[in-house]
This record gives sequence, C-alpha cells and structure tokens, in this order.
Amino acid sequence: MAQFNLPKGSQYTEGKTWPKPAGAKNVQEFRIYRWNEDDGANPRIDTYYVDRDDCGPMVLDALLWIKNKIDPTLTFRRSCREGICGSCAMNIMGQNTLACTLGIDDCKSAQVKIYPLPHMPVLKDLVPDLTSFFAQHAAIEPWLQTETPSPEKEWRQTPEDRARLDGLYECILCACCTTSCPSYWWNGDRFLGPAALLQAYRWLIDSRDENTGERLDSLHDPFRLYRCHTIMNCANTCPKGLNPAKAIAEIKKMMVAREV
Amino acid sequence: MADTARPTNPAGRPVVRPLSPHLQIYRWTWTMAMSVAHRITGVALYGGTALLALWLVALAAGPGAYGPVAWFFGSILGRLILFVYTWILLHHMLGGIRHLVWDFGHGMEPGTRIAMARLTLVGSTALTLVIWFVALLAR
Repeated sequence: MAQFNLPKGSQYTEGKTWPKPAGAKNVQEFRIYRWNEDDGANPRIDTYYVDRDDCGPMVLDALLWIKNKIDPTLTFRRSCREGICGSCAMNIMGQNTLACTLGIDDCKSAQVKIYPLPHMPVLKDLVPDLTSFFAQHAAIEPWLQTETPSPEKEWRQTPEDRARLDGLYECILCACCTTSCPSYWWNGDRFLGPAALLQAYRWLIDSRDENTGERLDSLHDPFRLYRCHTIMNCANTCPKGLNPAKAIAEIKKMMVAREV
Repeated sequence: MADTARPTNPAGRPVVRPLSPHLQIYRWTWTMAMSVAHRITGVALYGGTALLALWLVALAAGPGAYGPVAWFFGSILGRLILFVYTWILLHHMLGGIRHLVWDFGHGMEPGTRIAMARLTLVGSTALTLVIWFVALLAR
C-alpha cells in the first residue's frame, strides 16, 4: 500500500542559512536538501547564496561554486558536465533532470530548490542509493542473446533495423525517469520502472537478438511490467528527450500480439 | 555486495537512511494529475452505481418506494449529487478513451500527451454542462 507521507526520520526541517558572498551584486538563492549519517539528525534544507557574476551558467556550476567557495561538505555526484554520464541527476524545481544541462536562468525562480532523486534511500545530501535501480537494469539482461553460431565478423543489421533503436540506445541510465514515476514510488521493489523497461524494449526489438520470447516471458508479470499506468512522468522528465512510456506501451502491444 | 555488518554512525547507532521527498516536492504534470483524477473518479463510480441501483430498485418496488426516491433526486441536493455524478462518469469515460488510445501507442508525443490530458478535464466539464442544459430544456 502506498504511503504518501514521508516516514518520521525522513521529514525535513529548516536548516542553516549560509552568509551571502561579500560584495556580490548579482546573487541567486539556492535551497538544498542536506542529510548525513553522522549527526543522527533529520534531513534539512540549507540556504545558499551564489554570486552569479563569479559562477558558470548551469545549476551544476552553482553547486560546484557552493562546494568550492562556501561549504565543502555539500555532496553530489557529477562527472562529464555535458549530459552524457547521467551522474548529476537530481530533482530541481520539482522535476528530475541533470544539473549540468539545466541553466540557472531556466529555473526562473528567486529560490532554486534542489532535492535528491525522489523516493530513494539517501546516502548523503543529493546522493541517492541506486543499487536497486541498477539491479533492475541487470535483471532485464541488457546484452545481445543469440542461438545461431556467431558470424565470423560482426552481427549484421539493415539500416532500417538499426533505425528502430533510435530513441532507445541514447538512454544514459541517469534514473530521472524511474524516480519520477509514482508507480515506482509505491512499488519500486517489484515494478522494474521506466528506465529498465525502455532498455528491455531496446533488446526486444533488436533485429539481431534471438531471445525475444524468453524476454517477454520474464516481463509477463503483474508488477514487473504492468504496474505502468501510463502516468507519463517518465517521458515528461527525461533529460535526453526519450519516451519510456511509449517503449512500455510497445512492450504491452508485443505481449498482446503474440497471444493472438 | 559483501556487506555483513550493518553500518553504524560515529555514535554507534545503526544508520537509518531517510527516504528522499517525493509527492511533497514533485511538480504536478497534467498527465500525472489526470491519472490521479482517473483513479478517484473510478472509485467514486461505485457510489454512482449504487445511486442508479437505488433508483431502479425503487422503480421496481412500486409507487410507495419510488415516490420518495424520485423526490430526493429531484431536490436541490439530489440534483447536485447527480450533476457531480454526471461529471465523474464523463471524466472517467474520457480518461478511459485516452488510455485506450495510449495503449495503442498513439498520442504519446510531448505536445499531444499534455493536450490529451487537458482535453479530459475540459471535455468532461463541457459535456456535463451540455447534457444538463439539454436535460433541463427537455423537461
């Protein structure tokens, strides 16, 4: 049964307001979720002020500016700073996205609010525990599976068959979609979630893969696949502009098509 | 993972990780709101069906039972309940059609999916008003 409220130990309180940078003329306020396992306290929302004239344009630039200039304990994942590694996925202004590809100006707010990806166990500050997310990706067996003997060179594919993977192979597994999904919030232990299912479809329609039947069998489950109720938060939030909801609808169609 | 001992913090207490905020902070989207509305209207239809059953049972039982029931449904409160029930029924019907279209894999593109979600609300409200307008005219 879905629990809509946060458990007691997860409820957040007002935190510390850090001083404004001295002499800054162009200041942007940030409200950021903080939690660490050391002090035994509930999560809190800290307030920071960033000197926009000294900082890059993206939200990730602001987080790095805060970490370098104000508070080195602020913790978040980041790597490529160009939207291809998926590390800096977080909830900014109520929507999951990558901090490196969202401009501070595009937040259009006097207070930029930043939380970790929703409904996940928090390791520290903006870093969620993605163990089960990656386990679910592994569960759909995301690799080429064949029966016929391997060809001498590569497995060939027509340009048309290759084009069917467009809109699927670009997924960077940032977990924005999966953690935006209310069905995943309430049933994340049994529902595979949009990211894993988009990956499942990517292998289901790959012309070279010969394990389609077994792949569909393993998804034929009231929870793994059918907890998707087409809420479409996944498609609305994907920072790469992909459409997991449509991929899931296509899997459901494949399920019906093989029965008739 | 070879984690055998439960992690503890420096004070020696076991670490209980908080759950990150979800509904509390997530920005509502049209598709999300209409999905919730579809659920709520679906549940409310049980009540509406009970009203319909009450009316039919009273009709079958004869004038003694039908009189009071017909009076109630004709009263201001009764009409208000029926008006809301009409909207709930139409909203759930349009939501069902929307989901049927989506289940065929159509209308899931960015602009279309939001427009279809909005149309559910606008359409159900407009149809309710039309039905009641015609019903009151035809009386």
